[in-house]
Amino acid sequence: MNKVSERLYNGIIKENPTFVLLLGMCPTLAVTTSAINGLGMGLSAAAVLIMSNFIISLLRKVIPSGVRVPAYIVIVASLVTVLELLLQAYVRSIYSALGIYIPLIVVNCIILGRAEAYAGKNPVLLSVFDGIGMGLGFTMALTVIGCIRELLGNGSVFGINVMPSWYEPIAMIVLAPGAFFVLAMLVALRNRLVSRKKREKISADSCVGQCIGCNLCSKNLEKSEKKEDEKA
Amino acid sequence: MTNLLLVLFTTILVNNVVLSQFLGLCPFLGVSRYLKTANGMGIAVIFVITVSSALSSLIYTYVLETLGLTYLSTIVFILIIAALVQFIEMFLKKFSRPLYEALGVYLPLITTNCAVLGVALTNVQNGYGLLMSTLSGFGTACGFALAIIIMAAIRESLDLTKVPESFRGMPLTLLVSGLMAMAFFGFSGINL
Repeated sequence: MNKVSERLYNGIIKENPTFVLLLGMCPTLAVTTSAINGLGMGLSAAAVLIMSNFIISLLRKVIPSGVRVPAYIVIVASLVTVLELLLQAYVRSIYSALGIYIPLIVVNCIILGRAEAYAGKNPVLLSVFDGIGMGLGFTMALTVIGCIRELLGNGSVFGINVMPSWYEPIAMIVLAPGAFFVLAMLVALRNRLVSRKKREKISADSCVGQCIGCNLCSKNLEKSEKKEDEKA
Repeated sequence: MTNLLLVLFTTILVNNVVLSQFLGLCPFLGVSRYLKTANGMGIAVIFVITVSSALSSLIYTYVLETLGLTYLSTIVFILIIAALVQFIEMFLKKFSRPLYEALGVYLPLITTNCAVLGVALTNVQNGYGLLMSTLSGFGTACGFALAIIIMAAIRESLDLTKVPESFRGMPLTLLVSGLMAMAFFGFSGINL
């Protein structure tokens, strides 16, 4: 398998940001009340991720490593502002449905996590494909969750009624508790499907649903701990 | 006065930041394993959110609005938060060693806590002044602390129970959060 398609496979299946790494939980649960919102959020985050991976990888030799995290944050925040203005101008319905979660893409762990773990160290083309893979993985996960919640809670998918008329929608699924329940079931299902041995391996090399485990934070922590040790 | 109390009540219970607005889920799920760490995280978040919402409200009113740069609020707020967290860390290290040792580990993690940025942006959207922003920041943070501490207490006892293999860890935590969200839903009917 060549490197480009390996990156795509890695993002969509092997290290799927939502189901495997459990990163970026806030938008995952908040905006997936319908399939179209999930898709909109996923694509927005993917667009920012691809662009930020591209820019950061391009500048990786220019940014001094001491201030790289603030530099990444400024790049991501600028991209998010651009995206917000674009959505406001051209896709009003998505803009009002996603609301505050658009500016909050800035603090989405996936984006800073990929910048730190991949784009800051690898050539431009591969970083862009890493962004595409991760972005698609995130978009697919959000769309799937959105579809399930819309189907159970509203009886429709992408706004089209699909359930038979006797089906009584479970309104709770579209509300806050439903988001937790649906994601819990999906993660449990994934755990069931992945064989035990494989699961242990995954949980050993990636975080198990903890942002602390995301590269950005844990590296910062390690670094500060090291500094402390040196001082002591 | 009633107005202020109302804001506090709403932000802590009715619109609980974690359970109904889904902000700050990463630390809520990640640091809620033990009661001790949850307490530390809760207190650190209360500290940072209260100060940052006051500061971002001031900067928004006096700098961004006067210069007509309100579209830059996302960038400015995230920089304020990052700088503030760094500053608080340095300040505590120098002047209050015990507090630094208690909160130190959690402080760098707070920069990526979306609740902090979320509160600052919501305050601006609601057009709150300095007092209201600070108060709603404080209330939101208390709501976060409440949720994470309850969660940690539940998880500590869950560790001792036998659960189906595939539900161990994250899925069970998510289920418990769902049940807590349902419980907090009970507050939503209250109108003061």
